Amino acid sequence: MSLTLLLIQCLNGLQYGTLLFLIAAGLTLVFGVMGFINLAHGVQYMVGAYLVFAFHQLTGSFAAAVVLSLAAALLLGLLLEYFVFRHLYGRDHLSQVLATFGIIIFLNELAKVIFGPGTLTIEPPEFLAGSIQLTEQLRYPVYRFVTILAGLAVAVILYLTVTRTRVGMLIRAGATTPEMVSALGVNVQKLFMIVFGVGAMLAGFAGVIAAPIFAIEPGMGDNILIIAFVVIIIGGIGSIRGAFLAALIVGLFDTLGRTLLIEGLELVFPPSFSNQVGPALASMLIYILMAAILVVRPQGLLPAKGAA
Amino acid sequence: MIRVDRSFLLMALIFALLFAAPFVLPLIGQTYILSLLIKAMLLAIAAISLDLLIGQGGMISLGHAAFVAIGAYAAAIGLESGIENILVLLLLALLVSGLFALITGALALRTSGVYFLMITLAFGQMIYFTLTSLAPYGGDDGLTLWSMATFFGSDVVQSGGQLYLVVLLTLLLVWWGVHRLGNSRFGRVLRAARDNPERTEIIGFSVFRYRLTAYVIAGMIAAVSGLLTMQHAEFVSPSLAAWQRSGDLLVVVVLGGLGTRSGALLGAFFLVIVEEVLGSFIHEWRLIYGPLLVLLALHAKGGLSHLLLPVAAPARTGMPRTSEDNAS
Repeated sequence: MSLTLLLIQCLNGLQYGTLLFLIAAGLTLVFGVMGFINLAHGVQYMVGAYLVFAFHQLTGSFAAAVVLSLAAALLLGLLLEYFVFRHLYGRDHLSQVLATFGIIIFLNELAKVIFGPGTLTIEPPEFLAGSIQLTEQLRYPVYRFVTILAGLAVAVILYLTVTRTRVGMLIRAGATTPEMVSALGVNVQKLFMIVFGVGAMLAGFAGVIAAPIFAIEPGMGDNILIIAFVVIIIGGIGSIRGAFLAALIVGLFDTLGRTLLIEGLELVFPPSFSNQVGPALASMLIYILMAAILVVRPQGLLPAKGAA
Repeated sequence: MIRVDRSFLLMALIFALLFAAPFVLPLIGQTYILSLLIKAMLLAIAAISLDLLIGQGGMISLGHAAFVAIGAYAAAIGLESGIENILVLLLLALLVSGLFALITGALALRTSGVYFLMITLAFGQMIYFTLTSLAPYGGDDGLTLWSMATFFGSDVVQSGGQLYLVVLLTLLLVWWGVHRLGNSRFGRVLRAARDNPERTEIIGFSVFRYRLTAYVIAGMIAAVSGLLTMQHAEFVSPSLAAWQRSGDLLVVVVLGGLGTRSGALLGAFFLVIVEEVLGSFIHEWRLIYGPLLVLLALHAKGGLSHLLLPVAAPARTGMPRTSEDNAS
């Protein structure tokens, strides 16, 4: 494989990794702070993608669509929290799984009814449509660069919020001893609502920026939810830093693994064999990685020690 | 012991109705319902095995459908390779699923609580993607089988033969077996480990070994359901392993009532009926099914067997939150 291709794959991996981080961050926070397992997190990613598509059709402006989508994603998160999730915080995980599974089924079907079962596409905005000349042969789309930067920016903001601000302090405290935080006079319910809303918005944001890159379709959030689970298992549940590290590892590992593995197999085996076995092995790679990390560190790479 | 009598009465009634169905239904021209009943019974077999994990063992798996798919594919691939005897295919399905359960179980059981749930989910996805890339066996599209397994050359185990009775007998056997297992020393240790793993460990039981054994048994039972599903549908596809199927199994178990004798069976029938009835009204029946699940999760505690047998079901609707769950 040429160096150029390798570099492109690295950038793609980085881009996939930051996308995964946006999703995993909300998932891991919601779990870390509220002990709530939210399967519907992936479907909120899908909702973000559909929202940006719908608002783009409506307003004709990508920037306006992004802002409106984020607001709508936040609103949806808050509504779900108010009507469903709030009543499940103290309950066992099984009830939480059942309820959020129901929400997935509903929203996936709703998307199918409103937008049809086919895939939709949306073009990146005009001013981000070009590509940058990196080396002589290598051009990389501006839009993908911007998504990497946006992801990194969110990561920094999130990290600073959690470690440096009052809300962040409460989140960390709430993750360790919610009863004590409540006893000290903090409105835990409001805190939970904020965390949930932000988590939903982050997932929605991931959907928004992914929409011009991947196809928009019903159920698009289901598979990425599972990858996000893998990310937070590898990173350590409840840990933002862990989620960031693991998201980048998984993103790079998956993207590079697919190319390198098939090329590697072709060196040893005939092409027909490697084309058959390659994709199967490649899609198993991150699960094998997860299993390997679990054997060495069952709590994940950077487990949350009270600090989210 | 009124308790035992009532739940056994209910089960006896259900099984009696199921045995009567193939003789009565054709008389009133409702053979389609027989196919629905087979579907429900196959679902029930898999759900009973999942209930062994969740209800008895406290291990919430979200990847159980993978074992159904492994059973179905092991048998289908065996069939394609020229093995026709269903007993040999059964052995094959049990071997493959047992081995997979042993390996993934040993890894997944290093953790517990939510970690366990996510890891089983991930292993389930692994199987799903592996099946989609099995190009010689249909890949994404699945594999239509032109010849089905036989019982030493007899078609008694095929749709044209007595598949209904075969499935029913398997269900009865599985239900009885799991029930006996639950009452045995093994079952008691498993429940003790669910309620208090530390104490169980200190008494001198290896919690890990008991859980792993239960995991392997549950996986093998699910594979039996997969083998029969293949025999019934005459078709296998990766969607058998889709994680939504695992979710459905979870719904069945919770809906019916965790760790109850009749729960998995009632839940399976309920799900198939709901799907059929709602589906006949509107095509987008999932728009109703989804919110229905949310409402059930919010309000129905104890599941269907609680509603039918208010005294009979043990008052256990879920797992106590363990220290691992809270720690993170």
